[in-house]
Amino acid sequence: MSVNLKELSKKPDILTPGHRLCAGCGAPIAVRQLLSALDNPVVIGNATGCLEVSTSIFPYSAWNCSWIHSAFENAAATISGVEAAYRSLKKQGKVKEDFKFIAFGGDGGTYDIGFQSLSGAMERGHNMVYVCYDNGAYMNTGVQRSSATPLGADTTTSPVGAVVPGKLQHRKDLTAIMAAHNIPYVAQGSPSHFTDLIKKMKKALAVEGPAFINVLAPCPRGWRTETSETISLLRLAVDTCFWPLYEVENGKWNLTFRPKEKKPVEEWLKHQGRFRHLFKPENRHLIDEFQQYVDNSWETLLKRCEVS
Amino acid sequence: MGKRVALTGNEAIALGMRQINPDVVAAYPITPQTDIVQYLASFVSDGQVKTELVTVESEHSAMSATIGAAAAGARAMTATSSQGLALMWEVVYIAASFRLPIVMPVVNRALSGPINIHCDHSDSMGARDSGWIQLYSESAQEAYDNLLQAVRIAEDKRVLLPVMVCQDGFITSHSMENLEILQDEEVRTFIGEYKPDYTLLDTERPVMYGPLDLQNYYFEHKKQQAEAMKAALPVILEVADEYKKLSGREYKLFEAYRMDDAEYAVVIMGSAAGTTRVVVDELRAAGEKAGLLKLRVFRPFPYKALQEVLGKVKAVAVMDRADSFSGFGGPVFTEIRAGLYDLEIRPKISGYIYGLGGRDLGIEEIRRVFNDIKIIAQGGDAVEFVTHLGVRE
Repeated sequence: MSVNLKELSKKPDILTPGHRLCAGCGAPIAVRQLLSALDNPVVIGNATGCLEVSTSIFPYSAWNCSWIHSAFENAAATISGVEAAYRSLKKQGKVKEDFKFIAFGGDGGTYDIGFQSLSGAMERGHNMVYVCYDNGAYMNTGVQRSSATPLGADTTTSPVGAVVPGKLQHRKDLTAIMAAHNIPYVAQGSPSHFTDLIKKMKKALAVEGPAFINVLAPCPRGWRTETSETISLLRLAVDTCFWPLYEVENGKWNLTFRPKEKKPVEEWLKHQGRFRHLFKPENRHLIDEFQQYVDNSWETLLKRCEVS
Repeated sequence: MGKRVALTGNEAIALGMRQINPDVVAAYPITPQTDIVQYLASFVSDGQVKTELVTVESEHSAMSATIGAAAAGARAMTATSSQGLALMWEVVYIAASFRLPIVMPVVNRALSGPINIHCDHSDSMGARDSGWIQLYSESAQEAYDNLLQAVRIAEDKRVLLPVMVCQDGFITSHSMENLEILQDEEVRTFIGEYKPDYTLLDTERPVMYGPLDLQNYYFEHKKQQAEAMKAALPVILEVADEYKKLSGREYKLFEAYRMDDAEYAVVIMGSAAGTTRVVVDELRAAGEKAGLLKLRVFRPFPYKALQEVLGKVKAVAVMDRADSFSGFGGPVFTEIRAGLYDLEIRPKISGYIYGLGGRDLGIEEIRRVFNDIKIIAQGGDAVEFVTHLGVRE
């Protein structure tokens, strides 16, 4: 599947300018790249979260397509109902077009509160793509830790204090958990590597059955980074192997990008205010632990992808 | 032409669903609703319906998927009981606010805790302010008839609200009853083809369901929802009239049984109305002016129609199969009291809470209630404000 950026840039935007997401937010960048892969009419489902509230303030809409949001934890179930209706109405000849169905949720709405709904929808085999934009915390409510928040991050519910150095746990490996659902297509992508990401979306849309894509999406407010650094931070996340780019296609793991040189994770951490305290001498062990976790995950991934 | 069959309440509902032949059903099993979903799954497996059955992983997802399907333009249904309704509570409100004409059979069962699988109305009473129309059924026949009428009420363009069709768990849902059903073709004609105005699958006119609605619009939308609920009352009666022509069975907002010259009356909903009717007949045979008002439509609350009937009696006992834990009686009791407040001459009203967790309500207890209110009708002051009937002290 080839991606021609020139051709894609001629397509009308589905998520249009005028939305109210922050400057430097990774979510709309990811969404616009992903939706450029579409060739069909689409219905988009949205979990409650930044993307939803910032694109749908009544009576305005930033969406050039049909769109549904019902609650926080049920984007997957809701869009699965839309897809079931489509199948039924299509069979009866009441709908002519070939629709695609995409759900977007943040990490809170996907890793945590929406996890059951997502798992159920994937197991049932709906023809849909679920995209998680992972910014590593509940950003919409003001930066609370989620199960996607990395070790040591300073959030408003894992605040750095006199005795606690930020979040005490590692993050959940949701992409691998989704791969364990044995659905036709699972991938992890980053807007910094847009041809890779768009290709993955094209594959996700093309398979019969459910697909899941996890996209890293920096949040300048929550990560405490410069809005201009969003893409370079994503590159560093990929180059440090904190956020490796890979796909699992019909059970086959495939590394889609390998950094020329695997950088130390510090390179990514040091740009972010949420990790600043880790660079105090007494917290050095946390950076080591973080690095160890990244190294182990990377080794496991290489084994799964059968690369040495 | 109707056909007589022997069915349980759940079988009657499942049969009605087969005849409605919805585009999508998303459901999750829970006692005592379970066999509705099982029957429906068999209809799907045997190719008797065109329905896409979405066997979700929870009731929250059942309602969420039903919402998605209805917003996409499908005639969509689900069914539940008790904890299932409680779990879907968040999205039950959203279904109503989206103005989606979803029809949901509810097989009434007590809410935990403690866990109990038997009948009371605490589950649907917990959703009484969710913006759904609520129809209560005395029997399998009524559950079936209410189900078919619910489709028409929900989909009426003046209404566009979801409807719960309630029947009593086990008492009605699992008891075999002789009832009369319509022919498939009659049902098809009665409910008509579903043609929604706004669907997600309309490429010419894309729609937004569930945008962020802030201080400047939310209130107007809520007012429209309230207006739709009011508009449902005449529609419910119109649909009932049409259904009577088809089936010969008469439905109104409530059934006023031997109320014309009644001096005291019991108000009740669901299966216990049958037992109450027996006691009314017994009292009437003894020359007593006793009556029964069986409430069918609890949402919208038909307070004006109730004023006309209950305003004429001297004493009323309102029987609730749920407690509101307000210290002020059950939900039907408080609403009836509020509904009659504006009458210049109004009856004395006492509240009774009965049958929680499936506790039987016997003839003896109903006789006692009638005796209590007879004394009140004669000017006495015999009972507590609210009585828990049949509870061991």
